[in-house]
Amino acid sequence: MSVAEKYIGAKTPSKPETIYMLRLADNTLILGQRLSEMCGHAPEMELDIALTNISLDLIGQAKLLFEHILTLEDLAPNADVLAMTRPLEQYTNCLFVAQPNVDFAHIMLKQYLFSTMQKLQYEALLESRDETLAAIAEKSLKEIAYHIRFAKTWLLRLGDGTEESRTRMADALDCLWRFTGEMFVRDAGLADAVNAGLSTDFTQHYDGWTLEVESVFTEAGGLTPPETARMIMGGHQGQHDDNLGHILADMQFMQRSYPGLKW
Amino acid sequence: MVDKEHLLDLMAEIMDPEIPVINIVELGIVRGIENGSPPSIVITPTYVGCPATDMISEMIREKLDTAGYDNVGIKNQLSPAWATDWITESAHEKLRIYGIDPPGAHTPTCPRCGSANTKLISEFGSTPCKALHACKDCLEPFDRFKCH
Repeated sequence: MSVAEKYIGAKTPSKPETIYMLRLADNTLILGQRLSEMCGHAPEMELDIALTNISLDLIGQAKLLFEHILTLEDLAPNADVLAMTRPLEQYTNCLFVAQPNVDFAHIMLKQYLFSTMQKLQYEALLESRDETLAAIAEKSLKEIAYHIRFAKTWLLRLGDGTEESRTRMADALDCLWRFTGEMFVRDAGLADAVNAGLSTDFTQHYDGWTLEVESVFTEAGGLTPPETARMIMGGHQGQHDDNLGHILADMQFMQRSYPGLKW
Repeated sequence: MVDKEHLLDLMAEIMDPEIPVINIVELGIVRGIENGSPPSIVITPTYVGCPATDMISEMIREKLDTAGYDNVGIKNQLSPAWATDWITESAHEKLRIYGIDPPGAHTPTCPRCGSANTKLISEFGSTPCKALHACKDCLEPFDRFKCH
């Protein structure tokens, strides 16, 4: 086996449990990676620290999930290889988490919409047949509550702020809303996980979630989501837009150039 | 036969890398000793992405190896999840003296001058477990342990 074969790439999961957990892990890994781009670039020091702290939480959650996946199915020699070296079409995160940062309004709105969804998604794991997964969810939910509070504060501040901040938040909502449907899609991956007793069906809370975030938009300077003919999906099936490719280029360049390289 | 008391005493000699005035037993990171032959030290992370977690595991390993307990294992336990309630009362006072307002239901209080006239600067501080406040009386900024 060549060095590259050993350190680059992973097997595709085949069990309902690992398929679903890989999706959860990829979501937090990719959003965490996106946020980490802001390290050293936030508008002020406190926000820089906040964004990198949230990024750290998300990547920490991903790490626990990747490590747990490997105890259930032998997909890669270690969690780093599984997390970092797969080809693009093997990533199963939703398109939403890979959307670009653009500006601070985009970042905060994306975080708010993701974290409020993630809360429901992880609450549905608390009674999981898989006790380790339930424990990871329990632990993560404490952090998620913090992420929601932080992002919501900024969503309100910017939406109900100056003309410019409101325009930027409205633009962010126009851009991002069309990707939110995929987070709540009840596809085969989720249905199989529900049948396997891994999770309950959190998508039953989609309507409640929509009402909740829309009431916050109203409070945030009367923002309204755009009319959306259809939600854009595909990430769960590995059909990604350009954005993920650029993230992976950053994440994978070094290992693909020098397989097995250690820090 | 491994002396569990001795193991716990050894663990209490390990200080948190970020807050070197409190040890990892007081902080609630060490959950206890699991029976077995050999037994294991059971630990829990404060925050899942906290970089200190790996470092603490290494410090425990080094402490055990140096004391001749190279057969004693380290086990990670996530549930019940760590919360600030796991920090002992004795550690609260040490935190205050060190300049960190300890967690709790109380109004944020300046650890330097004792004033409760403070403001929140940022929900995120220098480490994942702290938030940044400032005292409006003595004007000094201070860290507060996040209630969690």
